[in-house]
Amino acid sequence: MHRQLGLTDGELGDIEELLGREPTELELAMYAVMWSEHCSYKSSSVHLRRFPTEAPWVLVGPGEGAGVIDVGDGLAVAIRIESHNHPSAVEPYQGAATGVGGIIRDIFSMGARPIALMDPLRFGSLDDARTRYLFEGVVSGISGYGNAVGVPTVGGEVVFDDCYRENPLVNVLCLGLLPIERLVLARAEGAGKLAVLLGSSTGRDGIGGASVLASAGFEEGSEAKRPSVQVGDPFEEKRLIEACLALLDAGLATGVQDLGAAGLSCAASETAAKGGAGMDVDVARVARREPGMNPVELLTSESQERMLAIVEPKHLDEVLALCERWEIRATVVGRVTDTGRFRVFDGLFDAVGVAGTNPPLPSHSLDSADVKPSPSDPLAAPLADLPCESLGNGPMYTRPISPPADQATLNAADPWESLAENFGPGTDCSDDLLALLATPTIADKSWVWRQYDHQLFLNTVVGPGGDAAVLRLKGTSKALALATDGKGRFCRLDPRTGGRLVVLEAARNVACAGAEPRALVNCLNFGNPEHPEVMWQFREVVEGISEACEALGIPVVGGNVSFYNESRGADIDPTPVVGVVGLIERLDGVPPILRTIEREHLVVLGTTRAELGGSEWAAVVHGLDGGMPPVADLDDARRLHSFVSELVAGRSVGGVHDCADGGLAVTLAEMAFGSGIGFTVTPEADVAAAAWCFSESANRVVVSVDARPLPHFLRRAEEAGVHAVDLGTASGDRLIIDGVIDVGLADAECVWREAIPNALGASATAE
Amino acid sequence: MSARVAVIVFPGTNCELDVMHVLEQLGGAPELVFHTETSLGGADAVVVPGGFAHGDYLRTGALARFSPVMAAVGEHAAGGGPVVGICNGFQVLTEAGLLPGALQKNAGLKFLCATVECRVDSTRSVLTAGAAPGAVLRLPINHFEGNYICDAATLDQLRADDRIVLRYVDNPNGALDDIAGICSEQGNVVGLMPHPERASDAVLGSADGVVLLQSLLDAATARSAAA
Repeated sequence: MHRQLGLTDGELGDIEELLGREPTELELAMYAVMWSEHCSYKSSSVHLRRFPTEAPWVLVGPGEGAGVIDVGDGLAVAIRIESHNHPSAVEPYQGAATGVGGIIRDIFSMGARPIALMDPLRFGSLDDARTRYLFEGVVSGISGYGNAVGVPTVGGEVVFDDCYRENPLVNVLCLGLLPIERLVLARAEGAGKLAVLLGSSTGRDGIGGASVLASAGFEEGSEAKRPSVQVGDPFEEKRLIEACLALLDAGLATGVQDLGAAGLSCAASETAAKGGAGMDVDVARVARREPGMNPVELLTSESQERMLAIVEPKHLDEVLALCERWEIRATVVGRVTDTGRFRVFDGLFDAVGVAGTNPPLPSHSLDSADVKPSPSDPLAAPLADLPCESLGNGPMYTRPISPPADQATLNAADPWESLAENFGPGTDCSDDLLALLATPTIADKSWVWRQYDHQLFLNTVVGPGGDAAVLRLKGTSKALALATDGKGRFCRLDPRTGGRLVVLEAARNVACAGAEPRALVNCLNFGNPEHPEVMWQFREVVEGISEACEALGIPVVGGNVSFYNESRGADIDPTPVVGVVGLIERLDGVPPILRTIEREHLVVLGTTRAELGGSEWAAVVHGLDGGMPPVADLDDARRLHSFVSELVAGRSVGGVHDCADGGLAVTLAEMAFGSGIGFTVTPEADVAAAAWCFSESANRVVVSVDARPLPHFLRRAEEAGVHAVDLGTASGDRLIIDGVIDVGLADAECVWREAIPNALGASATAE
Repeated sequence: MSARVAVIVFPGTNCELDVMHVLEQLGGAPELVFHTETSLGGADAVVVPGGFAHGDYLRTGALARFSPVMAAVGEHAAGGGPVVGICNGFQVLTEAGLLPGALQKNAGLKFLCATVECRVDSTRSVLTAGAAPGAVLRLPINHFEGNYICDAATLDQLRADDRIVLRYVDNPNGALDDIAGICSEQGNVVGLMPHPERASDAVLGSADGVVLLQSLLDAATARSAAA
């Protein structure tokens, strides 16, 4: 029984020891979900302690619904990122949609109004029909749910790599805004308070989602797990947002908590444990969606669009009236006690006169299971009775760690050694640039983001498609910059360097918007933690992220771990995805963006080396996926970011673009597409020309600078300790890198714009 | 005296705060009116903003027309009062019979969020009175069901009465005759798919919507003065 639920024999022993008896069926089911990898972080927590989490502006760090930072002017920002990988692999539309719904609830449970979403997505190759189905389904799910719930999707990423073929990564980040005084933490303190369940009725959808789907790999026949995927209702969620924020504004609730993974068991026990209290729950008070549901199903269902509010009994009538206005179901399902125990009853509340009434059973109920007589002494017969905090204090594992056996061989296979032969001096690389622009990871993503409302709330100064989204904070002079990044291939080659590089890229994107980084959240997508290689990758990535965050002074305010991303025994590349939010103190109009200005000079900031390991050019165009990732120098990064952010904030440049996937050639091409102006540049002489074009050396940014202040500009860069080289000028209708590349702007742009619609075939041409 | 504008909120509406923000910036006095109200509280004009009223369940706007507030909106319109439906609001007004035709799914069968060019083809409506005839405005669209359709007789009538107020320069959704917005016979009821409130500030990419919302406020003020 316990093994079917995902518990090990050892874990069952622990449960029996802490209870001093055998667990009841309900207790066993609750421990199984709460102690699952997804809910308990049992394999990862020993490593996650490494993250730096403190800064003067951090109001709430990891471990709550969302991280919260102070941005001044009485405002705070709540931010969180999560994965919904496995549900999306099974049912892409609903998997992605409910991922959006869940993260939004985490944000408004802190008292924040959700104002922006970002969706970092990873799929296999678009050559594969099932991948196209997954890609289109996930994008539709995000669009269908996010647009209707009324939260704009302002950015994200889409990456294609075969390692994600059967296990796409669907991560979602949400950012919310709140007046500082509305900040609430979900705490059930004070015996006698009531726990009111708000929102949808409870059905059989999503039972065991955390343990069945999220905490194990896929084998053949994963469609059989489809009943573990939940179904989303954005209209219910929209009304829940309005009702919950109104409850908090009116001071009618002391806290609200999302029902996510592990459903009511988790929400009720966690709020009580954090408040140092106890909680009694009566399953007779839970509104059911279908007949014949048993207490196990009611306590572990992951039905969407449900929240638990903690309210004073004297406020109950007002709470119910407010919920009625927003057409939200509200029933008293629990009461806070001082016992320190989490107890579940059936029929207790009516028997002892707790406020509220039992909701009617489903009208089509014919099942005798629903028509039980009330137990004569319900208090004497709890269905579960356990220490509140024990559900949240699952086992912690220090899993075995060892690097993959092929790591050294992989690292030794430097792709430039093979490429250098074919790309000697004078070799034309025009076709290589076109091939890169046509790879779906680099190609234009407007097919995706045109399906997302990215403008709602009138904050979006820079939307999807740029280095970072820029959101103005109305009523202040400030703005936020927000970026997400991840690069699994670098992390596979060297997880510690890869972890650093991911942070550097997100922080660099935020600097390109003229912002100072303020907080980071991470979504750590990995393979099977029972593989020592995966745990080695995990530890190293956490170390790399931590080192970069410390060097740049960015606190980690939240995160999510997704293990078991694998199919048929093959683990995905270790793929940490990070979101960085930065603050722009003074936004004067639209900041310089991804473009060039006619006749301005294109200047590269940062050093280019022949670093091709893990690059799009070597790995995707030429199939050489070994080597080492680029060097991640943290001092260089710090100098570059502060210089770039100052340039952008001070309007010293006409255009700016982070240099990443595809290297300088792609970066320059994207700037040309952004303005419709070509360029003629000369590569730096100290690196082989082809390597110079496509190397993905870290810590580089291209800026567009007016000719007159150019000498002064280069002096400023030198003083700031930033390597700066004037490459040439923007003009004409060709993309020319002297002696290496010469292609027409229109041809290149066409390849770049059409790649994804073409890969999707007829469904895209209908636009 | 500021123009008083009732901004209608159904469960599922999501552009109400954006419309409030811009109307306030333009000197108007907007107020949110919940869908269960039976009176507009003496407002001079009405905006039915965008979103997903009642979740767009059944059909866009199909349930919203039964909300109690719609009777008051109908009376206001019948009395010549200005009423503007933006996006989902346009869909609600067609379902309520205040404007002819219907909005069906986009020709590309995809949700579409983009800034497009629209030409002012008639200035006889409360929303376009202040715009220059033929002016091309850059306005954001954000819809799945924006593909306007009506029968041939209605289209002839709309053309003959000069009631097609906005047309897409490059039709994004398959709308009949490139229609982006129409008005009632009197010109006091207007429905449009683009969001003028999203084109209210150069920092957001366009301020071309201001002339439209300013026209509405002027019409509301004139009505208030006449009363």
